Amino acid sequence: PRIPWNSLTFFPGIPWNPPPSPHPSPSHFSPQDIRNTVGNIPMEWYQDFPHVGYDLDGKRIYKPLRSKDELDLFLEKMENPEYWRTVRDRLTGSEVVLSEEQLELIQRLQRGQFGDVNFDPYQPSVDFFSHEVRIHPVTNRPADKRSFIPSLVEKEKVSKLVHAIKMGWIQPRKPKESVPTFYDLWAREDPNSVLGRHKMHVPAPKIPLPGHAESYNPPPEFLLSPEEKLAWEQQDPAERRLSFIPQQFPSLRAVPAYSRFIHERFERCLDLYLCPRQRKMRVNVDPEDLIPKLPKPRDLQPFPTTQALIYRGHTSLVRTLSVSPSGQWLVSGSDDGSLRFWEVSSARCLRSVPTGSAVRSVAWNPNPGICLVAAAVDEQVLLVNPGLGDRLLVAATDQLLDSREAPQEERIQPVQWIPAGPEERGKGIRLRVQHDKPVLQVTWHTKGDYWASVMRNPGGRQVLIHQSSRRWSQDPFRKSPGMIQCVRFHPLRPYFLVASQRSVRIYNLLRQELTKKLQSNCQWISSMAVHPGGDNVICGSYDSKLAWFDLDLSTRPYRLLRHHRRALRSVAFHRRYPLFASGSDDGTVIVCHGMVYNDLLQNALLVPLKVLKGHAPTLDLGVLDVAFHPQQPWLFSSGADGTVRLYT
Amino acid sequence: RYPTFIDALRDLDDALSMCFLFSTFPRTGKCHVQTIQLCRRLAVEFQNYVIASRSLRKVFLSIKGIYYQAEVLGQPITWITPYTFAHDHPTDVDYRVMATFTEFYTTLLGFVNFRLYHSLNLLYPPKIDIQAEDELKPAEGKEYAMDSESYLERLSALSASLARAVAPAHEDEVEMDEFPVEGETAELMDAKKKEQEALEKHKKLFEGLRFFLNREVPREPLAFIIRCFGGQVSWDKSLCIGATYDATDPSITHHIIDRPRVDKQVVGRYYLQPQWVFDSVNAKLCLPVAEYFPGVLLPPHLSPFVTEKEGDYVPPEKLKLLALQRGENPDEESEEEEEEEEEEGDNDKEEDEEEDESEKEEERKLQKMEEQKMEEQKTQNNKVLPVKVTPGKVRVEDKQRLEQEQQSEEKRLAIMMMKKREKYLYKKIMFGKKRKIREANKLAEKRKAHDAALKEQKKKSKKARQV
Repeated sequence: PRIPWNSLTFFPGIPWNPPPSPHPSPSHFSPQDIRNTVGNIPMEWYQDFPHVGYDLDGKRIYKPLRSKDELDLFLEKMENPEYWRTVRDRLTGSEVVLSEEQLELIQRLQRGQFGDVNFDPYQPSVDFFSHEVRIHPVTNRPADKRSFIPSLVEKEKVSKLVHAIKMGWIQPRKPKESVPTFYDLWAREDPNSVLGRHKMHVPAPKIPLPGHAESYNPPPEFLLSPEEKLAWEQQDPAERRLSFIPQQFPSLRAVPAYSRFIHERFERCLDLYLCPRQRKMRVNVDPEDLIPKLPKPRDLQPFPTTQALIYRGHTSLVRTLSVSPSGQWLVSGSDDGSLRFWEVSSARCLRSVPTGSAVRSVAWNPNPGICLVAAAVDEQVLLVNPGLGDRLLVAATDQLLDSREAPQEERIQPVQWIPAGPEERGKGIRLRVQHDKPVLQVTWHTKGDYWASVMRNPGGRQVLIHQSSRRWSQDPFRKSPGMIQCVRFHPLRPYFLVASQRSVRIYNLLRQELTKKLQSNCQWISSMAVHPGGDNVICGSYDSKLAWFDLDLSTRPYRLLRHHRRALRSVAFHRRYPLFASGSDDGTVIVCHGMVYNDLLQNALLVPLKVLKGHAPTLDLGVLDVAFHPQQPWLFSSGADGTVRLYT
Repeated sequence: RYPTFIDALRDLDDALSMCFLFSTFPRTGKCHVQTIQLCRRLAVEFQNYVIASRSLRKVFLSIKGIYYQAEVLGQPITWITPYTFAHDHPTDVDYRVMATFTEFYTTLLGFVNFRLYHSLNLLYPPKIDIQAEDELKPAEGKEYAMDSESYLERLSALSASLARAVAPAHEDEVEMDEFPVEGETAELMDAKKKEQEALEKHKKLFEGLRFFLNREVPREPLAFIIRCFGGQVSWDKSLCIGATYDATDPSITHHIIDRPRVDKQVVGRYYLQPQWVFDSVNAKLCLPVAEYFPGVLLPPHLSPFVTEKEGDYVPPEKLKLLALQRGENPDEESEEEEEEEEEEGDNDKEEDEEEDESEKEEERKLQKMEEQKMEEQKTQNNKVLPVKVTPGKVRVEDKQRLEQEQQSEEKRLAIMMMKKREKYLYKKIMFGKKRKIREANKLAEKRKAHDAALKEQKKKSKKARQV
């Protein structure tokens, strides 16, 4: 402990001692102590050397030979009773056992006491100066003369200031006005001279006025129930419709201060200077005006409005259906492995042809002079003569199929044409066309001789065009255009429409080239139909959109209709009336009016006419196929509930 | 920033709210004392102007504070003052921002006050009328404080009228000239005239009434409101400077009190809760006092700022108030009804019992009839084959309903054909509308449940009393 020493410091109890010199004399050390002369340096510098420094004679001081490891330390800790007072001297590397005095000194320092045992920190203090007036002054020096003679320097300064004031160089300071003075600021107000920036000024919106709920004594219905209060507390503060919880107080004196008052004023300030404001033309729209004015469905009759008949008989979902060109017969193919032929007007099942496997697609030959149905079953396409209608027609069809003469040299064909056996002929099957992959769809050309089939064969051969009279097949494409969903023949021109996943390609079959590519803006096309006029195409997609293309207009859809709530499965055009229909997984069929004008300048008019319900959705599937009657404004639909329905 | 005076008035809402808030701050910390004093001065000046011009229109006691709405030069100016309690100063508020705004607002308010005072021929800075000043002088040398110090306080007592630069002519009401007009405009003029008359009446709502504020009542807002509508007001002398008459004054007509009981009632005056003043101002007429006596459960205090449109929820109290304003007296009818209902309720039991008996008799009769019928049928069955021909039911087709259905279907189909953006907008609008209706229905339902519960309780208590 070192006390700052000067001549005034003296303690009455302790005899006066001169302060110890800052350098301790060598006598403090024990005789065997070796002084290390390296000085106050980091001892790590000697880490890699065998010595730790030099003694007074310049000789090396060596480290103890063996440094102790953990085990040694532990043993020593356990065995050496002096271990706790053993300290390692960093300077020499040797171990020193502390003496009793040294220990006591350490303990005193730890306790925050003076190191010297004899020092008394609580001695009575003696004031040198006190409030009492003493007879003897502290200093007896006589006052200076200059203390009572006027200062010449000051006089000079003052006279300078006086002169400056006289000359008017220094003005007296104006008294500072703490109160602002107000006057008539708008005395010369001229409303005509409004600046541009004033014209464009957007005044801040006023704070919304309080409603009944904010009252200190609101009507009881405005108070929140416990559930509402809980909901309010859990809501994000920005989402709350009320910024406070309505409360009721029995009298005015019970109303406490509102704790968020300053907050609200502050937030208002922030709104005023941080929120950007802009002029917004807010049109007060009447929602009724937004609804487009369309011709009334009543004026666009005829169209199917009610469910007339149900064709029951299939035991599983009816995937596909087709109507005969005469409109008297209907064929449907189901997952229960059968084809059923119905009479349209009586809903009677006239014939059932077992196929052994699920029927993916059926198509009735559109030529009224041929009575033939193509059905896609697994890897085969069956050409079935149902034997319905005019007997002459049936016979003629059989003759047409059988009249083919085998050519001299058999061409290598991608498919095998296999004539049906006698048993199968009895059922009506005339030809089996064996493909190498499962067939998804079959479709006839309008003339009734050619037909196309789509196979599931991504990357390979997917579309084949067949000629039934010559039993002849070919692959029209050199390379496959993506995953093909659906194909159609153009009703008038030698075009072939191929719908891949997102686009529709139109090929000219005569010139063998791509004519057009339609971008559907849909994720996944499911079905396609061509307007009998030939200039319009509709595409249904699995993302519940229906795209109407006008081929003369653009390769993008003219309209994208989002009428259905779920995926579209099939679309169809009526051959005579301006109608089209779409069937969807939500179990509804929507019939729309799709008027196409001959005038090229007038766009097609699309009006939804009727939402037809009836099919019960099963297994997340609703309506699977729709088809129009060729003459009447009737609509057939087949659904996942195993029925075919007729709407008239 | 404000090229015309009207522009400045339009922006006065925030300025007033902020000045009233700052004038309630303690004179330590947070901001400069001068700012607080200036805010207080300007706020008091504005209040005095509103009193002098009688332009207060609406007041509202909310849980946040007291809202006032005044109409100055045709502009509605709304401001809110906090309840007079010490503020619990939040730490997450930047007072420097608020102080900057306040600096701007005080400047704005000062200039606006100057202009407003001059528009009324009042002196600015405001001087208390000499006549009133004499009245206010403390009696024989009991100096309250230095004159300069107490002046603002006397001004803020709001009890004295202000000195005018030009002595007011007594007939300063200018008669409006009437021009003969035709047709609809004449009706409009009539309506306007009526409105004007109603406004004049509203301004003189408390004229001739003498109020006394008990000491627990918030003095400043009530004194302000009462003076704004021409009433005279006083308070306990020890409460604030500027009291003009004593509690024992026999000419007092209304004594505003906010205690459950009155110890010593003086005959000849109404003892009322402060809400009466607020509700009367909002209703534009002195409301019947019975519901506002001390210790009575107060009727709900409604916001005057809400104007219900068609389809909005209207609380029943508001309907009652509207009827009162139209001059009908809905109270009596409803009370009679209630009494009748209660009587009915008493009779109900007896009637029920009677009904029970009569029902039993009827049942017996019916049983007998059925037995007879059965016997008859048995005899008939022996003769006729057991084939029943039931008459077909006539299905009445409701043409109106059919048409409605068809129309709604057409609408649905048309909605399907909307463009995406318009559909979105349409759906948003319809969602908002539906939510509004839903909320209104919810409120109505809640009220119904509450009223039913209240009635039940009443009945029970009545029964208990009877027992």
